[in-house]
Amino acid sequence: MTFLVKILIFPKEGVLDTQGKAVARSLKRIGFEALNDVRVGKYIQVWLEAGNEAEAIAKAGSMCGELLVNNLIEDHRIEVERCGL
Amino acid sequence: MKTSVVVFPGSNCDLDVVHAVRATLQTEASLVWHEDSELPEGTELVVLPGGFSYGDYLRCGAMAAKSRIIGAVRKHAERGLPLLGICNGFQVLTETGLLPGALLANRSLSFICDYCHVRVERNDTPFTCMYGKGQVLRIPIAHYEGLYFLPAADLDALEREGRVVFRYCSPEGDVDERFSPNGSLNGIAGVTNTRGNVLGMMPHPERAGESLLGSSDGAVLWRSLHKWLEGSLGK
Repeated sequence: MTFLVKILIFPKEGVLDTQGKAVARSLKRIGFEALNDVRVGKYIQVWLEAGNEAEAIAKAGSMCGELLVNNLIEDHRIEVERCGL
Repeated sequence: MKTSVVVFPGSNCDLDVVHAVRATLQTEASLVWHEDSELPEGTELVVLPGGFSYGDYLRCGAMAAKSRIIGAVRKHAERGLPLLGICNGFQVLTETGLLPGALLANRSLSFICDYCHVRVERNDTPFTCMYGKGQVLRIPIAHYEGLYFLPAADLDALEREGRVVFRYCSPEGDVDERFSPNGSLNGIAGVTNTRGNVLGMMPHPERAGESLLGSSDGAVLWRSLHKWLEGSLGK
């Protein structure tokens, strides 16, 4: 079965997110003053083969641990959906 | 001193390092391709050079850290031999876990290519044994992601263990946030591992090896390594 794994990666709390701060400043400047904070991260899509959803999540977790995420500075969230239903 | 300089796709300071080592020491320096699994026999110093390995995709140094050659580089470091990461090479070393921390985008969110001053915090390492402690060096930096970051508790431990080798400073040697061009925590420009044989630094010593280039302060780093290796290997 083919699964689409969606991996959302964002800077950890406490890690200086210079990009997020700059974006927040710009948003405020153009009138969105009510915002509290902005953090800029990245979104990775991976299509992979797995026997079931749990296996797809486990594989994606390994990918994050080994390459996609630096746990010192980043948090991540994994979402999975089955393709071709 | 037999030096091996690792070339990743996107490295661009590899030949500068080879030139600097050869010009300073008149010793052998050769390039090693990232897909090789062994370092040339007899390698005493390994340098991971600056550049944009893998286009800085994903995170700077992340994919280079998974290269085939890294296994041999790790073994080299485990043997206690010197391993130096400059700029992107420093980022690769943090991604391999051989050095702590991470290099984040500069506080200014701009690429900085300029001379800066760094203070030598330790001169008991293979890389700095011919500098004076507290000596101020004028060495260029050229990076977008050079803000050294560690969570507070780890940063305290790093400082307690005296593992900061270079710190950004004023021309007079004063350390202050104002003199840290990229916003690095505690003005950190270079750190070492516990054993002292792995050094990562953002400034480029290979670009400051001859007075013709504006500064020859970087040449002493190669001379230090040469001297240290001669002493430790009993040559």
